[in-house]
Amino acid sequence: MMKPIAALAFALCAALAAPSSMAQTTPADGPGPLRIVIDQGVREPVPFAAPQFIALDDAALEFADPITRVMVSNLVSTGLFREVPREAHISQVGSISAPPAFADWQAINAQGLIVGEASTTADGLLQVDFRLFDVFMQREIGDGVRFTAPPQDWRRIAHKVADEVYGRLTGEGPYFDSRIAFVSESGPKDARVKRISIMDQDGANVRNLTGGAELVLAPRWSPNGRDILYTSYTDGVPRIYLLDADTGTRERLDSLPGMTFAPRWSPDGSRVIFSAAQNGNTDLYVTDLATRQRLRLTRSPAIDTAGSFSPDGSEIVFESDRGGSQQIYTMNADGTNVQRVSFGQGRYGTPVWSPRGDKFAFTKMVGGRFHIGVMDRDGTNERLLTASFLDEGPTWSPNGRVLMFFRETPGPLGAASVVSVDVTGQNLKYVNTPGPASDPSWSPVRQD
Amino acid sequence: MTQLMTRLAAVALLAVMAACTTTADTAGSGAAAPGAGNTGPNVTVEENTEAFFIANVGDKVFFDTDSSSLDIASQTTLTFQADWLLRYPDRTVIIEGHADERGTREYNLALGARRAQATFDFLVGLGVDPSRLTTVTYGKERPVSLCSNETCWSQNRRTVSVLAGGFNS
Repeated sequence: MMKPIAALAFALCAALAAPSSMAQTTPADGPGPLRIVIDQGVREPVPFAAPQFIALDDAALEFADPITRVMVSNLVSTGLFREVPREAHISQVGSISAPPAFADWQAINAQGLIVGEASTTADGLLQVDFRLFDVFMQREIGDGVRFTAPPQDWRRIAHKVADEVYGRLTGEGPYFDSRIAFVSESGPKDARVKRISIMDQDGANVRNLTGGAELVLAPRWSPNGRDILYTSYTDGVPRIYLLDADTGTRERLDSLPGMTFAPRWSPDGSRVIFSAAQNGNTDLYVTDLATRQRLRLTRSPAIDTAGSFSPDGSEIVFESDRGGSQQIYTMNADGTNVQRVSFGQGRYGTPVWSPRGDKFAFTKMVGGRFHIGVMDRDGTNERLLTASFLDEGPTWSPNGRVLMFFRETPGPLGAASVVSVDVTGQNLKYVNTPGPASDPSWSPVRQD
Repeated sequence: MTQLMTRLAAVALLAVMAACTTTADTAGSGAAAPGAGNTGPNVTVEENTEAFFIANVGDKVFFDTDSSSLDIASQTTLTFQADWLLRYPDRTVIIEGHADERGTREYNLALGARRAQATFDFLVGLGVDPSRLTTVTYGKERPVSLCSNETCWSQNRRTVSVLAGGFNS
């Protein structure tokens, strides 16, 4: 049943024979099945228990507890779940194959129960099996799943388990096993040192990809999860570079003279939309990475920038001041059929198409404050999710449930932080970075 | 003979500047030829130096919010810059366009490019060879004034004419 495992590969399979929850029937009495519907209403987090995963051998002992804790931390960070602390547990879990003592978990009001086992394979890989139970329905939710990876990737196993649990309980796609590219900031406000950096979605494993000698801006993670586009002043003017996050090799994206900035990938990673300022006028272009053919999309004397593709690659949302102030527009991917989308008070910038295709996230400036907001793709149902002196530059989680952006405080000592917020506007949280950080870009869920 | 011509030219430039400074101050703006007295009576600054350019000609011009229009004060400063550049034709200039922190990063890059171009076009219009001028935008990345209110923002919405080989802004 297990596939051979490449060095960095995760094997995902139904390791423990158990009937799918889809086949279960719901008893007429008692609480309904454990299921979380995410909407804009205020909710009580669902209590769950996750006893420390069982270590089946000495080598796995080192990882069993950290994996459990990172997995729990992911779930709690959503604001949808609350952990019933270990001290309250009545039952010990001796084996994940044995049926849980549901009464003991009901007694401490844990609605969900996550049990797991960590072991070491013959070729030295770390292997984790886990099962998820609906305590009050006394049944398993989904099948048992096994994840296998090199031991140094133990955090990713924890993220994968959390993604499975989250997906089964909410019906939403995964996002914990993903990374963030961002700009690490240091130094005074008038001589800021900026580096392109990456980290795991939860702030772990921070790595700097540039040295800080030249000014760099706004990394954008490729759909392949490996390449990063960013803007650098290496040549004295802003130009876009393509960086391989694994090898560190980089190249100029385009030979277009003048200044280029604000790149974003097409959803299939084959094309890049970017802005070029020539003779003081900024327009949008698309470059095909395979052929390096360039197509100019806009020709207005206005500022046209911050382009972002629709998930199917057929349309583009961007910002322009062609109507007199900075507003959001859409057009076809070939530059035709330009439509203005935003009509509210204030200025709108940095539109980003949601992975589900139905919404844009954006930065709105109105009344001296900056907001992160979302609107439907036709401009209706605008909702502002945040407000501060400066909130800017949203990026979508791979499943379209969460936005990350940066928030900067005012004044000579002002500093930037990366912040996340649910698309519902709830659960605003500062991401734990080593220092000031800005310009987050969310990677796809890792497939490697 | 050449030395004498240069001296006469510099004196003429200073005379023009003195007159224009008065005009600009009357108009309620200190943007033109700022710091003309900063060098002090005992310091001699050669007219063809960057120090002279910054202190006596004025290397910065300022803009309204979300605007790249050159007001009278800015046009006056740029007229001084053009005069000086026509006198020292071996000097080249990098025109930096800057924005305040009250805009998004990409838009401000585009706005800085627009401001740099406005300065470029004005200097070329006064006869400066365009091959001597290049532009760069810094958006909101390099403020000079750090407070978060209009007094600082108005100082940050600027172009800076940086003589090539000199230090930045």
